[in-house]
Amino acid sequence: MSAAPTLLGSASALVARDLRLLWRRRGDALQPALFAVLVVVLFALALGNDAATLQRVAPGVLWVAAVLAGLLALDTLFRGDAEDGSLEQWMLAPVPLAWLVLVRTAVHWATTTLPLLAATPLLAELLGLPRAQLPVLLGGLALGTPLLSLLGAVVAALTIGMRRSGILLALLALPLYVPVLVFGAGSVAIAAQGHDPSGGLLLLAAGLAAALVLAPVTAAAAIRIALN
Amino acid sequence: MTEIANAPPLLAARGLSFSRDDRPVFESLDFDVDAGEALLVQGGNGAGKTTLLRVLAGLLEADGGTVAVAGTPVARAMRAGTMAYLGHLPGLKADLDAVENLEFLARLQGCRESQDVARALALVGLAAHAHLPVRQMSAGQKKRLSLARLWMSPARLWLLDEPYANLDLQGIELVNRMVRAQLDDGGAALVTTHGAYAAPPVRTRELALATVA
Repeated sequence: MSAAPTLLGSASALVARDLRLLWRRRGDALQPALFAVLVVVLFALALGNDAATLQRVAPGVLWVAAVLAGLLALDTLFRGDAEDGSLEQWMLAPVPLAWLVLVRTAVHWATTTLPLLAATPLLAELLGLPRAQLPVLLGGLALGTPLLSLLGAVVAALTIGMRRSGILLALLALPLYVPVLVFGAGSVAIAAQGHDPSGGLLLLAAGLAAALVLAPVTAAAAIRIALN
Repeated sequence: MTEIANAPPLLAARGLSFSRDDRPVFESLDFDVDAGEALLVQGGNGAGKTTLLRVLAGLLEADGGTVAVAGTPVARAMRAGTMAYLGHLPGLKADLDAVENLEFLARLQGCRESQDVARALALVGLAAHAHLPVRQMSAGQKKRLSLARLWMSPARLWLLDEPYANLDLQGIELVNRMVRAQLDDGGAALVTTHGAYAAPPVRTRELALATVA
């Protein structure tokens, strides 16, 4: 055990803690992914007799399912740590709060959204999405969902002072989520028309790069304000 | 006293003030705490004892004034490594056991060279409950676990908010023993209490907070 905590040391400690907590509550862990599967399956059933329509709405449906699942999971990002005082101890650690926020958000994304990403090829097949569009869809989701998590972290940090913030959180996050949704689903639609989809994907990548730097700092400032 | 007469106090607050919703909680507080000294912060309910400790720890932004640690003014965000804070919220994860909680906090906040989890747990009397999930612990046991965290912390300055709450008689004795050891080690402690019913038997200063009308 090292005497002075380093960035890497604190990060690995936080990752180990979160994975352990996830394992203790593994029943809850898959909920967002299951919710997204549910949304997609219901769409497939509701529009089932019309393969052409289903194929056309498939990218939109998959993206909406991913966004809704992300919103559902957002409340658990900081709530537990705020309620039991863990966030106070994070603030008292000699490593920057923004770094811990970034690590926490990354683990949260990996545990809530990555399973959904793994299930996406299957769900795309269910909706009859042409296989040629699958790489664009997966690329968009791989760039877009971490961006959603980072944007969500800022909003979640702002609302940790409130007792029941579920729907307020969704309302605040939605305007920030809309551009990601538009570019993500839009790039698949552009690919479907036979054009080059890289413009939308590059914008998502640029957004992700900016959010990786700015969102943790903003969220850390929001936590300091919210815990006042 | 002569050897520390020239040394700057471990903690010095000058003109510290804080207000909540434009109502002052405390105004222009000045106090020093030397190494080897405990400061008893006294006052009734709502007098601002917890708020003062949270401002010192850097959890709250002071409206004015400076806090100097060992003679150098330290900004709010930089205070972390020098102070350990024991507050009302334990900061423990209910699904993890005592050892897992302590290991995480020690890796997050740092650990004294000479300390480890097993010894800290033995000191606070939780050695037999090392693998009991915090969920199943009593309030007193959680407090003891927080004390173990404090004991491992490398911080020289302890900010203890109601450390005696929820503790049995041996627990109160334990807190006093820990504070004395910390002070003998060249550290200092700020302790809030409602009264002097359980003051640690060490060199103390007192700071009485009155409710600002």
